[in-house]
Amino acid sequence: MILVVWGAATVGFFSLRLIPGDPVNVLVGLGNVSQRVRDQIRADWGLVDPLLLQYFHYLGRLLQGDLGTSYRMQQPVVAVIGQQLAPTMQLMGLAIAFAVLLAVGSALLGRGRRTGPMAGLLELVAVSSPTFWIGLVLIGVFGFGLGWFPVVATAGFGALVLPAVTLAIPVAGILSQVLRQGLDDAAALPFVDTVRARGASQTRLVLRHTLRHAAANSVTLTGYIVGSLLGGSVLVETVFARPGLGRVALNAIVNRDVPVVLGIIVLAAVSFSLVNLLVDFVADRLDPRLATEQAYA
Amino acid sequence: MSILAAARSRTARTRRVTRIPTPALWVAAGFLLLLLLSALFPRLFTGTDPVRTDIGAALLAPGPGHPFGTDQAGRDVFARVIYGSRYSLVIGFGATLIALLAGLVIGSLAGLMRRVGDGVLSRAIEIVMAFPEFLLALIVIAIIGPGEASLLIAVAIAVIPSYARVARVQTLVVKRAGYVEAARTLGVPPAVTVLRHVVPNTLGPLLVMATMGIGTAITAAAGLSFLGLGPKPPTPEWGLILSEGRNFLATAWWIAVFPGLVITATVVSTSVLGRHLQASAAGRQR
Repeated sequence: MILVVWGAATVGFFSLRLIPGDPVNVLVGLGNVSQRVRDQIRADWGLVDPLLLQYFHYLGRLLQGDLGTSYRMQQPVVAVIGQQLAPTMQLMGLAIAFAVLLAVGSALLGRGRRTGPMAGLLELVAVSSPTFWIGLVLIGVFGFGLGWFPVVATAGFGALVLPAVTLAIPVAGILSQVLRQGLDDAAALPFVDTVRARGASQTRLVLRHTLRHAAANSVTLTGYIVGSLLGGSVLVETVFARPGLGRVALNAIVNRDVPVVLGIIVLAAVSFSLVNLLVDFVADRLDPRLATEQAYA
Repeated sequence: MSILAAARSRTARTRRVTRIPTPALWVAAGFLLLLLLSALFPRLFTGTDPVRTDIGAALLAPGPGHPFGTDQAGRDVFARVIYGSRYSLVIGFGATLIALLAGLVIGSLAGLMRRVGDGVLSRAIEIVMAFPEFLLALIVIAIIGPGEASLLIAVAIAVIPSYARVARVQTLVVKRAGYVEAARTLGVPPAVTVLRHVVPNTLGPLLVMATMGIGTAITAAAGLSFLGLGPKPPTPEWGLILSEGRNFLATAWWIAVFPGLVITATVVSTSVLGRHLQASAAGRQR
């Protein structure tokens, strides 16, 4: 985990130095300032030090949880990210909930001979549609057309529904594919006959047994899913004009606000590592065989 | 028949490779062919100039003369979508080709090298793969700046690690195959063995991946240009048309709906084709 964060910070630090142009231009904005002031700014921000020294300074501060100061907003990057973390987390949380609901629903309904190909087609379209387009269509239909949900970002739950559904649809497509395959595979395992022999109903068999088997497979996808939610939030927040991390990232990239971009990179690496730790933990709980395999490996 | 045998035969039945129905295959291939034609010869499909404005005909609903309607400046949306296919296909094919080649080189190098070299490359691939592809593309744009060429490069770099990973695994498998062993025993120089036996056999799975990858690359590029990081208006690029349509959702749904439909159809078609290739490759192995 440390390796991933360190590697990401290092590659990010050096590759962002390749950005052409003077960071002082970003710092002073459009204002016209004299060379003396520029030199002063450069010295204040530690931009005159040798590159390696700057790098070690950055790593040292990173260890203390300090991501530096934004060029544009003149406040600590940790504060900039912290302020916008909540809206994005709410969005992602609700999106995951919707995605799981949709995926379980479509996987359970799409098991028949006739419904299977239908579910397959829906999954394919869900996975293939561009996120931002789904958002636009949802705004058009449910926002302007039917007037069920607010069109602009306001406080409250109502404004969160459409963005979360937008973000959830592609994820639900992938999840449903994996769940359906998992259910199919589990239905062919010997334990199914044992459970049937005990007199359990079809419903109980699926809900208590095969679904659990299928879920163990899909949990390993979590890392990928969180990643795609993080990437998708940039688009969804733009489509719905919502505040959040995605917007912070986009603005930092457009304005070449290097410390903020680097902060987002570090955040992505940290969350990837945390999610993977969590996935290993949950997978062991869902499928005890994994834990013993590792113990004997 | 014992319970286990029954279970096994059932496993064998469910484990079949999902085949793509033939009509779906033809529709997908036909759509991609039309797309290719529209990118090469847009005049075959429309006589209208995609950037000519006509305020008198602004925001017209789809109808005769304007099958996809017109936008806020009276430009024909159908003509813009047709001309836009060139940008999307160039970026989709270009980015995928670059990623495929770079991934092949990096992955086979990692697979062929001894412990330390493989370790370093694998770790590097792992670290980069920690980033969602779209975020990676955004970061690349932050470094090289926005624009059409940047779009292509950013999308390519974002997907290189996935290709490299598959190429590495495939190389490790092929390296131990009998025919490589035989070539070595016969005294064929290592470089020749790699070029004539290892690389061609690694390429198969990568090509299947690339077929599906073209669709992903097109979506990613459209997303980036939707965010304003690609070509500048009034370029008829799919993502850009969508972002202009965003402001007219209440009055003119057609500006945003049709380009999105075309993108979705493109991605669905490349996936169908890719899955078919995958299924027939799996069939050949058995």
